[in-house]
Amino acid sequence: MGNRSWRQPTEQEVTPESLFYSRRRVLKALGISAAALSLAPSASAALCDLFADTSSPPARRDPLNYQKPAAYRPDLPWTPEEKVSGYNNYYEFGLDKAAPKANAQGLQTSPWQVVIDGEVAKPVTLDVDELRKRFTLEERIYRFRCVEAWSMVIPWVGFELGALLKWVQPTSRARYVAFQSLYDPKQMPGQADGQFGSGIQFPYVEGLRLDEAMHPLSLLAVGVYGKTLPPQNGAPLRLVVPWKYGFKSIKAIVRIRLLEKQPPTTWNLAAPDEYGFYANVNPQVDHPRWSQASERVISSGGLLDVTRQPTLPFNGYADAVAGLYAGMDLRRSF
Amino acid sequence: MRLTPMALGVLKCGIHLLGVALLGWLILAVQQDYFGADAAKELIKYCGRTALEFLFLTLLISPLALWTRTPALIRVRRLVGLWCFFWACLHLLAFAALELGWDLSLLLEEVIKRPYMLLGSLSWLLLLALAVTSNRWSQQQLGRSWASLHRAVYVVAVLAPIHYLWSVKAITVKPLLYLTVAALLLLWRLYRYVHGEVRPR
Repeated sequence: MGNRSWRQPTEQEVTPESLFYSRRRVLKALGISAAALSLAPSASAALCDLFADTSSPPARRDPLNYQKPAAYRPDLPWTPEEKVSGYNNYYEFGLDKAAPKANAQGLQTSPWQVVIDGEVAKPVTLDVDELRKRFTLEERIYRFRCVEAWSMVIPWVGFELGALLKWVQPTSRARYVAFQSLYDPKQMPGQADGQFGSGIQFPYVEGLRLDEAMHPLSLLAVGVYGKTLPPQNGAPLRLVVPWKYGFKSIKAIVRIRLLEKQPPTTWNLAAPDEYGFYANVNPQVDHPRWSQASERVISSGGLLDVTRQPTLPFNGYADAVAGLYAGMDLRRSF
Repeated sequence: MRLTPMALGVLKCGIHLLGVALLGWLILAVQQDYFGADAAKELIKYCGRTALEFLFLTLLISPLALWTRTPALIRVRRLVGLWCFFWACLHLLAFAALELGWDLSLLLEEVIKRPYMLLGSLSWLLLLALAVTSNRWSQQQLGRSWASLHRAVYVVAVLAPIHYLWSVKAITVKPLLYLTVAALLLLWRLYRYVHGEVRPR
């Protein structure tokens, strides 16, 4: 600490150039001249500090090796990385969309044990690192549709959930797959507030029918944009079920359990009339309080560049997955 | 306590400064990505909450005037009310522009179909009526009915916090807090009315 005065700032401490210039622009727009800035550097610094990133530096992300199967590379414009990792619903780290990025960077994601058990012939407990090595990683460009009527296009890196399930050999009794997130109120401040803070119970739990889980589109993601997941996107292991609303795609998975009976799911417990077990994207079935017929696209554009597009049945994956629900009333099983 | 015209002027300037400063904060916050990578949703909510805060401030003025024995405080109420309307307009504009991308048919459909949207729209329409009739000329034209009309602010104080609570994905502390403040401000009035401290006109 003694020689702190001449220590060079690290890369993280240096204001990014673009942010620096945007600050200048704002101050200029507010009529704060260069002279005023040089006279009162502490005052202007204090003004900027209001918005300064006081959180810890971004979590480390390692590059991944993966294949790029053509079948999963639709011609869609990707949502920019800073939006994919800066606009998140992750109540464990706060209720605002910016809170997860601000509060999740210290999450310990290594070592990280995952338990796979229940109705399987070969239950296992292993580190996520072993999972990454055992299964072939693929980059898949998926649409992502939130139940709040916004959408993104995201390049996930992961492996098929079905491959993992086949490996542990489900028994003949297995009909459902239950998932559980990490429960650690010390690391996840939103959990410490309990239900009073967020309106939902922790740990976050989700579930799929076994045939949904075995569908080739169901992905266990370990990365996004070519690198391991940042904490706010569900590091180190999350589910991605692209034809269902985003809340089904549970983050920070610590346990996968195969079951005979349908497992409880977090949002369904919180508001059963609003969030069903299936939660398939369906423009014909509105949320009781807002329309699901269209969605706001989170694109590379700025605040005023608003794109709304019609929502597609099963989020555009109807050809692949509609068969799973043949004969079901999707209005009742929403 | 008597307020000198000077003190009243300073108070009014202060209220204007507050309104402008909050707007400045909003612009800076968007520029600095305070609301996250995609500001639309948070910005809409921020405008709505600020409108509610100004609404509560208008409702706080008469108790304050009474407790501090400063009746002249009432003279800043119109100003605070107009700032409430200003933020309510920003809230509505932000929703129409940033969430719906000016798809006004969708706006109409949502208002008709969703009860929470209906409450929000009603609140805004009432605030519009109050803002339009907030000048002295309207006061003279409307005579006794002016006061009755402006009691609609109590209806807004009931509808708007419910609109907020109803609009969120999960019931969280913030909307409950706003509802509680509204309830306290209204209950205080009800208490005085029941105990005959205010005679109905």
